[in-house]
Amino acid sequence: MTGVRVLVGTRKGAFILISDSQREQWDIHGPLFPGWEVFHIKGSPGNPDRLYVSQSNDWFGQVMQRSNDGGKTWETVGNKFIYAGTPDTHQWFDGSQHPREFKRVWKLEPSLTDPDTVYAGVEDAALFRSSDGGQSWQELSGLRQAKGHLWSPGAGGLCLHTILLDPGNPNRIITAISAAGSFRSDDGGQTWLPVNKGLQSNYELPDPSTEVGHCVHSITMHSAHPNVLFMQKHWDVMRSDNAGDSWYEISGNLPSDFGFAIAVHAHEPETIYVVPIKSDSEHYPPEGKLRVYRSRAGGNEWEALTHGLPQSNCYVNVLRSALAVDSLDPCGVYLGTTGGQVYASTDSGDHWTAIVHDLPPVLSVEVQCLT
Amino acid sequence: MPYLIRVVLPIPLQSLAKTGREVAVRVEGTASLDTVLDTLETSYPMLRGTIRDQVTKQRRPFMRFFACGEDLSQEPTSNPLPEMVASGEEPLRIVGAMAGG
Repeated sequence: MTGVRVLVGTRKGAFILISDSQREQWDIHGPLFPGWEVFHIKGSPGNPDRLYVSQSNDWFGQVMQRSNDGGKTWETVGNKFIYAGTPDTHQWFDGSQHPREFKRVWKLEPSLTDPDTVYAGVEDAALFRSSDGGQSWQELSGLRQAKGHLWSPGAGGLCLHTILLDPGNPNRIITAISAAGSFRSDDGGQTWLPVNKGLQSNYELPDPSTEVGHCVHSITMHSAHPNVLFMQKHWDVMRSDNAGDSWYEISGNLPSDFGFAIAVHAHEPETIYVVPIKSDSEHYPPEGKLRVYRSRAGGNEWEALTHGLPQSNCYVNVLRSALAVDSLDPCGVYLGTTGGQVYASTDSGDHWTAIVHDLPPVLSVEVQCLT
Repeated sequence: MPYLIRVVLPIPLQSLAKTGREVAVRVEGTASLDTVLDTLETSYPMLRGTIRDQVTKQRRPFMRFFACGEDLSQEPTSNPLPEMVASGEEPLRIVGAMAGG
């Protein structure tokens, strides 16, 4: 087929939304894996019909599945995530050390080239890789050497939620963990360094500029400029021009610089999107208005995008993995809400339409363009 | 002596294993939770990790094992199952615990 496939993970299953390249009429498929929390579902760039999904719940734990036909049929693959080496500990809410325990897979990042290679970011925070299509998983345990004993859970858990693969440098991987910060490997995931210089957590941490401990919510990059990173931190929208070696704030005129999701335009590397949320205790848009903010200047100067989005009495959240773009021209932008709506814009964010209104709370949104 | 144990699965695991409500598990030697679950996971590998931990074999916290009107969840998993389960007259029920509101 040609067109667009939107992969939506929710609290009670997954949905696949399909349209042609006009992106006006949508077919809704699902729920897949009904009743299960689907934190993430993502396709392989090397073979778009190869999809991976993370499904879990408190009763039955973690299950992994893959599809070879774009989500029509699924097969279970390996769900054995064993931390490498001697079990270690991380910092607990009360400051004590707590055993690291696997809970779920938050993020799946298929290799840019090999459909059988896929990375998994898990809670309690660690990075795993499979080279056999998800049948078996091996931890890249060097990440935990980056002061893993000082990582502390955010309110959502000690999760590794961001995995960025550098398209120009197969040895470079960037990850982010709540609440630990961002980390970079330049040797294919064997060794890692915290890359958090410039982050300031004035309210959350006793040392606002500590090397690890920051609550990074999401990081994104444009494939043409992989050294330029954009971050939505707990508070503050940040930018790095040197692959994380240093960061500076670009919150500018946002109505709130708290939020979860951040995305970059497919064809304009300096055009970025965030969804401001009122505060860490009030997880809904300021003033009850769901507004996507766009900067065409790489940050600091932001404009509200409101056309087609609810502008009164709106108290949903947009979670960290629920904002995505497609690669069509004009660029499509998609967001999912905790109220179960998936909104789409086919003109880079100027106008929005709800594809669906009443799904379970949306955890993640990914988009594939099919040719 | 082999036993043919009837096992009732919770609905989400029926979907995962692509089975009906009840499956039959053939167990050699002692019919216990250990041997039934070992055989069940061999026959249906997609169930590994969903009922008990894959390494420690500990029951997942929200899983329960019922049979003959009794809760066997806290029993040693090597204990023989009740005779009526071993004989196939009664099923072993694997149940997701009540944990809602």
